[in-house]
Amino acid sequence: MDIFLQQLINGLVLGSVYALVALGYTMVYGILELINFAHGEITMMGAMVSLAVIGALALAAPGLPGVLVLGAGLAVAIPVCMALGLLIERVAYRPLRHAPRLAPLITAIGVSIILQNIAMLIWGKQYIPFPAILPQGRHEILGASISDTQIAILVLAVLIMMTLILVVQKTRLGRAMRATAQSRQVASLMGVDVNRVIASTFVIGSALAAVAGVMVSAYYGLAHYYMGFLLGLKAFSAAVLGGIGNLGGAMLGGLLLGLIESFGAGYIGDLTGGFLGSHYQDVFAFFVLIAVLVFRPSGLLGARVVERA
Amino acid sequence: MTGHTLGWVVVAAALVAGCGDKPQQNGDNDVVLIGQVSPLTGPQAHLGKDNENGVRLALDEINAAGLTLGGKKVMLELKSEDDAADPKTATTVAQKLVDEGVVGVIGHLNSGSTIPASKIYSDNAIPQISPSATAVAYTASGFQTAYRVMTNDAQQGTVLGNFAVTKLGAKKIAIIDDRTAYGQGLADEVEKAAKAAGGEVVAREYTSDRSTDFMAILTSIKGKAPDLVFFGGMDPQAAPMIKQMKQLGMQAKFLGGDGAQTPKLIELAGADAEGALASNPGLPLDAMPGGSAFKAKFEAKYGKIQNYSPYAYDAMHVLIDAMKRADSSDPAKYLAELPKTDYQGVTGRIRFDAKGDITGGAVTLYQVKDGKWQTLETVQSGN
Repeated sequence: MDIFLQQLINGLVLGSVYALVALGYTMVYGILELINFAHGEITMMGAMVSLAVIGALALAAPGLPGVLVLGAGLAVAIPVCMALGLLIERVAYRPLRHAPRLAPLITAIGVSIILQNIAMLIWGKQYIPFPAILPQGRHEILGASISDTQIAILVLAVLIMMTLILVVQKTRLGRAMRATAQSRQVASLMGVDVNRVIASTFVIGSALAAVAGVMVSAYYGLAHYYMGFLLGLKAFSAAVLGGIGNLGGAMLGGLLLGLIESFGAGYIGDLTGGFLGSHYQDVFAFFVLIAVLVFRPSGLLGARVVERA
Repeated sequence: MTGHTLGWVVVAAALVAGCGDKPQQNGDNDVVLIGQVSPLTGPQAHLGKDNENGVRLALDEINAAGLTLGGKKVMLELKSEDDAADPKTATTVAQKLVDEGVVGVIGHLNSGSTIPASKIYSDNAIPQISPSATAVAYTASGFQTAYRVMTNDAQQGTVLGNFAVTKLGAKKIAIIDDRTAYGQGLADEVEKAAKAAGGEVVAREYTSDRSTDFMAILTSIKGKAPDLVFFGGMDPQAAPMIKQMKQLGMQAKFLGGDGAQTPKLIELAGADAEGALASNPGLPLDAMPGGSAFKAKFEAKYGKIQNYSPYAYDAMHVLIDAMKRADSSDPAKYLAELPKTDYQGVTGRIRFDAKGDITGGAVTLYQVKDGKWQTLETVQSGN
């Protein structure tokens, strides 16, 4: 039982990070039908920028409390990533908005490679350690252990997701986003500034990515210019699993993927008597993805047209 | 095209090919190309760059001292390639180096890329010395061109498995590997040796060389209450793994191979690294015959030594040593001299056995104490 609970915690923490990143993919897809492959790299940029700030602060003012230092890191990383998202949209995607669908997709992959290499040039090829500034508290619940970092990730992820839903459902910007998702032409005829809405989508998605990036580097204790690739791939799969273009779907897909990976890796070896080991973790996760897509091609919560954003 | 003209084309082509070949091998060209391959991008780029710097340091020294082969002044030129630790890329860059006309190759870094590349070097009779590939399979394929200056996994794994059971007193052992030729090979040898020494392997789990999340497999391992967790893989995985063991409240000791015995591991795992154990083939840098001198030279030019650069440096010297004895940079001539190598390098005395493995390689065990790798003991492997 304690192992089951532990795997549940592992899965939820991992899943909430996937969900945050998946939201960025799904929001952009909902509005532009574009898979923004550079999104994983924005997550990486968030981690790197916050680490640079944290490292500088730790040197300049060693006495500062860890949470404050982390807050400063986030406070710089979020606007930097927002600006980056805005820039990418303006430079790489907007000129191609009426091009065939393959063109922006290829541009997205190109942007992702450019960002990786920029990060490699600035911060080098080395793994960068996350300084031990956070409280390392650990709590025992029914034999399972959960750390302060894990609790912070879970709470922060839930808060951010709830805020995002509120923004999309209740504000003028949210309504404009939903309208643009349904039809760009009609929305612009109704007086919605479509360019501004699309830019806002990129900005919001990038802010979420920045937070996720900081979470990941704080949780695993390291950052690296390559870290966005796998994270982006997993989050993209999560978005597809939940139904790409659907906000609730991205959250559900992220959590599910985290849980599937966690339970898959934890139990698959014992259940098959060692015939399939934990190296089948990813195979297992993608098998579930394929199975879902066979029976529900638009994902778990994906609807064909309505309410995509 | 008639048969007649086709015949002329073939003759012309043969003539052109013949002309092209000659000056490259025997002409007045005194530039000799040496290949170096390691991952210069991707998660292991820091180790790859370290190898490249080791080779470059040796090469610059040899050029500065002046090298004369067959009565001609020779300038060495480095062709460094990036295999991204990927077996497929490794074969591509190996072929590229062969096509460019290198006469010898130092590399690759990873066993997984060294092994497929060794076939290409063997097919083209280009001698290859790996400074860091430790998988048994590399020299077991019987290629005449494959050499290494690093203790192999069978030698290292046997020492590690024995050490875990007899010295650390671990009865129940969990083993994780990263599914690379290196990680898996080492883990297999540790499993064999631990069982032979009377230990019980309670879990065998797997991850990849790109993962940073091990919570799921560690939780599963925790349920089996091992005394020790062995990980066959590199430091980018070992560091978060150690942190996550602490996070889960696991009491088991951590033991790793040479991929984990790096300064980077301590930097990445921070205070959690305390007490972690790992081995490295050969002697500790301070105990190497030329260790302190090498360290001073290397760090003046390239900064901190990561891991394998002393071996890369020695491998380069061993290659040139064979060329000097053959008095030729022609692979066909100096390859015959490689098995007779008896070279006193930075890392110790280098001699090869019939397979191309280094003989009597030492394995040293280390533990992190007060934020530093401290030497526990050095074991001579019974090859």
